[in-house]
Amino acid sequence: MNLRRVFAIFLRQLYLYRRSFTRILDVFYWPTVDLLLWGFVTLYLEKAGAQMPQYVSFFLGGLILWNILLRAQQGLSVSFLEDIWARNLLNLFVSPLTLNEYLAGLVLVSIVKVVIAFVVMTTLAALFFGFKIFVLGTSLLPFILNLCALGWAIGLVTMAAILRFGQEAEILAWALSFLFLPVSAVFYPVDVLPEMLQKIAAWVPSSYIFEGMRKVLLVKAFEKTLLLKASLLNLAYFFGSYFLFLDTYRDALKRGTIPKIGE
Amino acid sequence: METVLEVQELSKFFGKICALKRVSFSLFSGEILGIIGPNGAGKTTLINCLLGLVSPTSGKILYFGKDFFKNRSWILSRINFASNYVALPLSLTVEENLLVYAYLYGIKKPQDQVAEMLRIFELHEKRKKRTRTLSSGQMMRLCLAKAFLNSPRILLLDEPTAGLDPEIAQKTHRLISSYARQKEMAVLFTSHNLTEVERISDRILILQNGKVKALGKVPELLKEFGSQSLEELYFGLIS
Repeated sequence: MNLRRVFAIFLRQLYLYRRSFTRILDVFYWPTVDLLLWGFVTLYLEKAGAQMPQYVSFFLGGLILWNILLRAQQGLSVSFLEDIWARNLLNLFVSPLTLNEYLAGLVLVSIVKVVIAFVVMTTLAALFFGFKIFVLGTSLLPFILNLCALGWAIGLVTMAAILRFGQEAEILAWALSFLFLPVSAVFYPVDVLPEMLQKIAAWVPSSYIFEGMRKVLLVKAFEKTLLLKASLLNLAYFFGSYFLFLDTYRDALKRGTIPKIGE
Repeated sequence: METVLEVQELSKFFGKICALKRVSFSLFSGEILGIIGPNGAGKTTLINCLLGLVSPTSGKILYFGKDFFKNRSWILSRINFASNYVALPLSLTVEENLLVYAYLYGIKKPQDQVAEMLRIFELHEKRKKRTRTLSSGQMMRLCLAKAFLNSPRILLLDEPTAGLDPEIAQKTHRLISSYARQKEMAVLFTSHNLTEVERISDRILILQNGKVKALGKVPELLKEFGSQSLEELYFGLIS
């Protein structure tokens, strides 16, 4: 073994990481999220004790709804990346296609991805665990719409980051949603979280959706105030991220970076 | 002749770096205008500004007498673009790629138009093949087929023959110029190849450091600058 070549490979990676904030972040990101997530799950299981059978419904319901958010987000940002990887973005941006049309097309892609994931997951949950997501009744539709809206908002922020920082920000397409996971209270109630994180969760629309889902499963009651809070926050998130993306796009036109994306 | 593109005092600064400085010229219907200049002269920045991929710092771009930035979508549906550096998705088949763009450009009968382009650019036999299987010459023909899909009134080409072997490059020129003459389409193209520029252009524009150094018909420019050849003129101007 030639140790100089081994060192050269190490050095090459070291140079790469030294100049890339997102890659450095990636090193710490997944362990932190996993630790927080499963730590809170364990904490909740300890507290839940006797109510274990209900937990299966909470967990599966949470998992299915979380995947809706994830697919909606990736439907936007990963599709955008596909055009960058294919060096096709320029051909699209010099066609008569407007930015809103492009975004609408990506939203459509994400809806298809959401539908496929939803069908697969609900079928498997019913077949293997006897869990029927439709016990959520009429609340299911507004839950799904809210989660899609948040997924799109996160997707737009990811796309804005890619436009601003180039392809090195593409890791966000897989990572950014997971930043919301611990404070979305997907697999445990918000009150399990430490006080500081509870305050953050109050500003995260998905936390109200998952709280609402557990309420429907537990007491068969649909709490409209939770949905209202989620919807209002989602409106702010969605329009905030949309204008951020537009602003970043205009800035990219000024800086002349669009033709260089993907190079 | 009708003016289809008018560039007025176009400037672009990237911070303190000047990429284009008060560039002005017109393009007429059915005309082929070749843009030449050394690396960093501003050719690609100019094309990017004309396509709306880079916003100019100052100046105006008028297509068909209309302001580009106020009528972007309308104008882009009447022009098109190809470059050897911009690919089409490799995982799609040749036909699928053209169909996507036929829909993007609002072609009335997309299937028919795609079939016509496949015939003109001799890609019919490759229509079901993945784009990744094409040779570089076939890939350029596909990019040109995409560029001709909407029967554009103006075609912008950024180094269309870069990286192609001389035979394929010549075939590509023939395709561009014969189709352009046939359809009365204006063509603006950038190139490093002086011979090809001289052969197919009606007029040339020489750019250096973002400024127009010369603009006109080759014989007139040779007379004006007292040069024997385009090569002599070019190197005289950029040195």
